[in-house]
Amino acid sequence: MFLQHLLNGVTIGSSYALIALGYTLVYGVLKLINFAHGEIYMIGAYLGFILISLIPTLPPSLQGNVVLLLLCVMLLAALLCALYGYYLERICYKPLRNAPRLSPLISALGASLFLQNFVMITMGARDKIFPQLLKSATITLGGVSFTWLQVAIIASSLLLMAGLSLFINHTKFGTAIRAVSSDPYMAGLLGINVDSVISLTFMAGSFLAACAGVMIGVYYGTINFTLGYLGGIKAFTAAVLGGIGSVGGAMVGGLLLGIIEALGAGYFSSEYKDVYAFFILIGVLILKPSGLLGRKSHERA
Amino acid sequence: MLSVDNIELFYGQVHAVKGVSLTVNAGEIVTLIGANGAGKSSTLKAISGVHPTKAGSITFRGEPLQSLPAHAIVGRGISHCPEGRRIFYELTVRENLLMGGFLLSGTTALERLETVMELFPRLRERLTQLGGTLSGGEQQMLAIGRALMSNPALLMLDEPSLGLAPLVVEKIFQRVVELNQGGLTVLLVEQNAHIALGISHRAYVLETGRVILSGQSADLALDERVQKAYLGG
Ligand SMILES: Nc1ncnc2c1ncn2[C@@H]1O[C@H](COP(=O)(O)OP(=O)(O)OP(=O)(O)O)[C@@H](O)[C@H]1O
Ligand SMILES: [Mg+2]
Repeated sequence: MFLQHLLNGVTIGSSYALIALGYTLVYGVLKLINFAHGEIYMIGAYLGFILISLIPTLPPSLQGNVVLLLLCVMLLAALLCALYGYYLERICYKPLRNAPRLSPLISALGASLFLQNFVMITMGARDKIFPQLLKSATITLGGVSFTWLQVAIIASSLLLMAGLSLFINHTKFGTAIRAVSSDPYMAGLLGINVDSVISLTFMAGSFLAACAGVMIGVYYGTINFTLGYLGGIKAFTAAVLGGIGSVGGAMVGGLLLGIIEALGAGYFSSEYKDVYAFFILIGVLILKPSGLLGRKSHERA
Repeated sequence: MLSVDNIELFYGQVHAVKGVSLTVNAGEIVTLIGANGAGKSSTLKAISGVHPTKAGSITFRGEPLQSLPAHAIVGRGISHCPEGRRIFYELTVRENLLMGGFLLSGTTALERLETVMELFPRLRERLTQLGGTLSGGEQQMLAIGRALMSNPALLMLDEPSLGLAPLVVEKIFQRVVELNQGGLTVLLVEQNAHIALGISHRAYVLETGRVILSGQSADLALDERVQKAYLGG
């Protein structure tokens, strides 16, 4: 049973991790929590739904490989969401760059409400049911049951996280993101366009959140325009748990949160599934206020 | 090469620079000296574009700079190594240096990296170490090395001697002189007027946002007012 819960936890946790990365990256460069990030995740799920619904209209010759099609759907939804992220920052945050710290928070709440209602009005308030493209058989191995879809979700998430790590740690623009997180003033003096780096950060975070949205949509089969609220809060919790601002922390925090939830739901009661994580969060924050992998930030004058 | 004409700079209500004018000719080391709060750093900030000016003009190689954002001014050949070094603590020494060459292409940046490491061999030994783990002197070398990565025509150094042992200070200024002999123009801000006047060609003395004296460094070092106020004589 334990392994079963663990596997379910990792499946959902890897999505939390992908969303949490967006919170942590943006916090790094702007020292701001992008509370509209959950809605980007929700929009990613909806874009996935729309694109998947379009699949039957493709010429039959293109419909052969469902796995490949789903992958394309995810990438396309993610690219579109990257644009959402870009404009979200341009419209809601950039004009408030030098405003009091509370202003962007209010702007984020406004953006959240707008995006939720926008989706509700254009897509309807009722749940959307994903078409069953993958008739995924359940496999049982050593007492643990899973579907290939689950395997694909975990594998894609891990690949995306590995890709992000490579990007952040081993490319010029990834290093620039870290430099801006460390000292935007100095980064500007060296010729780094800080505004572009901030945009890039929003786009990368939105890309990952959209991937999570599509995967979760396909996994559970139904989505709703309120999806971003709980998903956002959970992923934010994961980011804080791991240490906000830490890329590794967001990954660990997300996976841990998923596992805690699955174990809590499995061994205690699934009614309180959404609460266990917060107990753990409070516990961790009491013992280590900067989160599991978070470092104490050395503030500069 | 650089000409600053009557600039005014404010921080909110604080009037930090009140009509400063100065010129830097190619090949010179020019130094700005003055007490704390005189507006030396603010003048550099105006030139590198990190803080806007209210009035006056700044031209570099005949082109106006003020309409450009800071990140574009670096590309014109001015590198500003600011007060307090501002090393990226969480980045390795190598990454710090490469960020200094952000505007260069990949291969040019690597060539520059090699040049800078020849200048400061200590950095080569520390390449994979995090910036925050370096000693103060090493951090200053890294800060200067990073500023040199963009291969600037004009290097602006803000208090490179701050908090360093005399021996290290001497070493760093020796490098600056060598760089200048190699053709680099330097605008130096220094509290340590002794050294600054010793290595520079010309100097400006700032007081509460104004230039109160300027001239050949050798002459200023003998000036009674300068001796009283800045050379402890
Ligand atoms: N960010 C800021 N906000 C408000 N006032 C500032 C700011 N930076 C500098 N000032 C003020 O502007 C004036 C000039 O400061 P500046 O840093 O240019 O002096 P400085 O000559 O470099 O002094 P120091 O030798 O101490 O570095 C000072 O009165 C200072 O208090
Ligand atoms: Mg200063």
